Amino acid sequence: MITGNSENRPSAQPHIVVRNLTMAYGSFVLMRDLNFVVKRGDIFIIMGGSGCGKSTLLRHLIGLKEPATGDITYGDVNFTRASPEQRELMLRRFGILYQSGALWSSMTLAENIGLPLGEFTDLTASQIREIAALKLALVGLKGFEDFYPNQISGGMQKRAGLARAMALDPDILFFDEPSAGLDPISSRLLDDLILELRANLGATIVVVTHELASIFTIANNSVFLDAESRVQIATGDPHDMLAHSKDPRVRKFLTRGQEGGEAADNHE
Amino acid sequence: MGAGAQRLDQGRISFDRHSNSTLVVHLSGPWHLQRDLPPISLLLSELGSRPETRRLAYETAELTHWDSGLISFLTNAAEICRARGIAEDRGGLPAGLRRLLELAEAVPEKKGARSEAARVPFFTRVGNATLGYGLSVNEFLSFLGEVTLAFGKFLRGKARYRKIDLMEVIQECGPDAVGIVALISFLVGVILAFMGAVQLSQFGASIYVADLVGIGMVRDMAAMMTAIIMSGRTGAAFAAKLGTMKVTQEIDALTTMGVSPLEFLVLPRILALILMMPLLCICADLVGILGGLFVGVAMLGLSPGSYMRETISTLTLINLFGGIIKGTFYGVLIAIAGCLRGFQCGNSSSAVGDAATQAVVMAIVMIVVACGLFAVVFNFLGI
Repeated sequence: MITGNSENRPSAQPHIVVRNLTMAYGSFVLMRDLNFVVKRGDIFIIMGGSGCGKSTLLRHLIGLKEPATGDITYGDVNFTRASPEQRELMLRRFGILYQSGALWSSMTLAENIGLPLGEFTDLTASQIREIAALKLALVGLKGFEDFYPNQISGGMQKRAGLARAMALDPDILFFDEPSAGLDPISSRLLDDLILELRANLGATIVVVTHELASIFTIANNSVFLDAESRVQIATGDPHDMLAHSKDPRVRKFLTRGQEGGEAADNHE
Repeated sequence: MGAGAQRLDQGRISFDRHSNSTLVVHLSGPWHLQRDLPPISLLLSELGSRPETRRLAYETAELTHWDSGLISFLTNAAEICRARGIAEDRGGLPAGLRRLLELAEAVPEKKGARSEAARVPFFTRVGNATLGYGLSVNEFLSFLGEVTLAFGKFLRGKARYRKIDLMEVIQECGPDAVGIVALISFLVGVILAFMGAVQLSQFGASIYVADLVGIGMVRDMAAMMTAIIMSGRTGAAFAAKLGTMKVTQEIDALTTMGVSPLEFLVLPRILALILMMPLLCICADLVGILGGLFVGVAMLGLSPGSYMRETISTLTLINLFGGIIKGTFYGVLIAIAGCLRGFQCGNSSSAVGDAATQAVVMAIVMIVVACGLFAVVFNFLGI
């Protein structure tokens, strides 16, 4: 069941298509037969309990891990079977915010943001610096160009990581647990920022999270992974899931365990 | 009633039989982990004394305090009851304690989560170790291949790295290392001279200490000692730095940015050592000879002039270049060991420490093996 509110998506053609994806570490199968479609402009949540393979799925999507079987397609290019050169080009259209920020610690914030610009564009050093300053201003870090990552707080590192992810104006932004380690207010600000990015840049956004408040604020599509059965057990808009899903595991998760316990077993 | 011999400020246990089949356990006093608590074996022996016990109840009117010590006792008791089919009545326990016990038992034990204590058969272990070894050789070779490719790109001027990073690594493994390399080389020169002096002065041939120190340092010892210092100093630093970058996902960030970590991180490090090792070797040569000179002049009464003349007349350019080539090659080995172990680092802080240790061990082993190979090859070439 793939549902979603389509009013804020002008062009809803598929952007990411995952078909029959099986993820494995050696002979240990983490998740099998994943099938889902992310449409252009979606804010897509990968959710599920701890240890179910959310982050691993993200690593597959961005090419850090190879699927055991199955395909990941972006637009009409098969990412899994792409040549290294093709893949490099595709990677440049991605922006990724890692869980820890993953800023390069030996470089200042401006250099962090400037690195991809310097590598993949013909901009001059002063133009790069200007753009870096702009991206930092967008995430509320105006004036922090010459700070090193270890000189700013965790929340600021995350925002700087986001500024770097946006450096090349990506088509797709990936967020790995964006609210992990943030206080509720910073986490809320980050959610607002994500919504604004979608509205203003028209980017597709994929978020790994289990933060319910965040999920219901930003999401319009999702996949729910279950650690026990090692398959996806629901896809679609989390709001619809909450309203209509009969699956006790989904209900339990989306209601923080208030439903879907013993009582919800009667549903099935 | 039993076990009355315990002190008053300790948790106490005593038993009471209501009927033949019901055992009432009286828990009293403070049950704190820090005090010596009654062992579970008391309960076991009590149960053993009358095997027909069907029901176990608790009575805690005199229980003053309790902590995890009591919970642990009660979970053990519950296990025993389950195993022997004895009904357990927790009605007599404080409500908070009951809830904690329920919480501890709420989630059933995950199968396979407890590590298997079973011994792995000897041959399985040998087999696994062998396969693991094969795998690591495989990883090493493919890393070597990737480094070679990155170097090819560098030679064609296409490699992506930051000049400033190269400069920083050069600073770290060149100028910053001069002090320690000079100190160790001076001492090695002194030691060589001492060892030679004891024997040579018996024949009145003390002047040949200059030959011994000169050739010894320039051909082998300078390169060897510099390499060993650098593997401890720089190789470990490479592994720790790259390992930390792996843990913080900085390497992932490079990869997904389309920047090859091999070119961006490994290449400058290998280049820096290739550039700096020859200079460090020459520095070590000079200081080592100085160490020999010091012993020669201070102990053997040689004049500095004759010592230096003897050294210069015995050394050839081939000696010098042989030593420098060895040193440079060792430098490459150090950089490769450090970077490889850094990339292979696991995802924790202790893994970073392991990576640094393994990098040093691997580098030193490779250096010694390479030294042996060089000796054979140089001998074969008649150098």
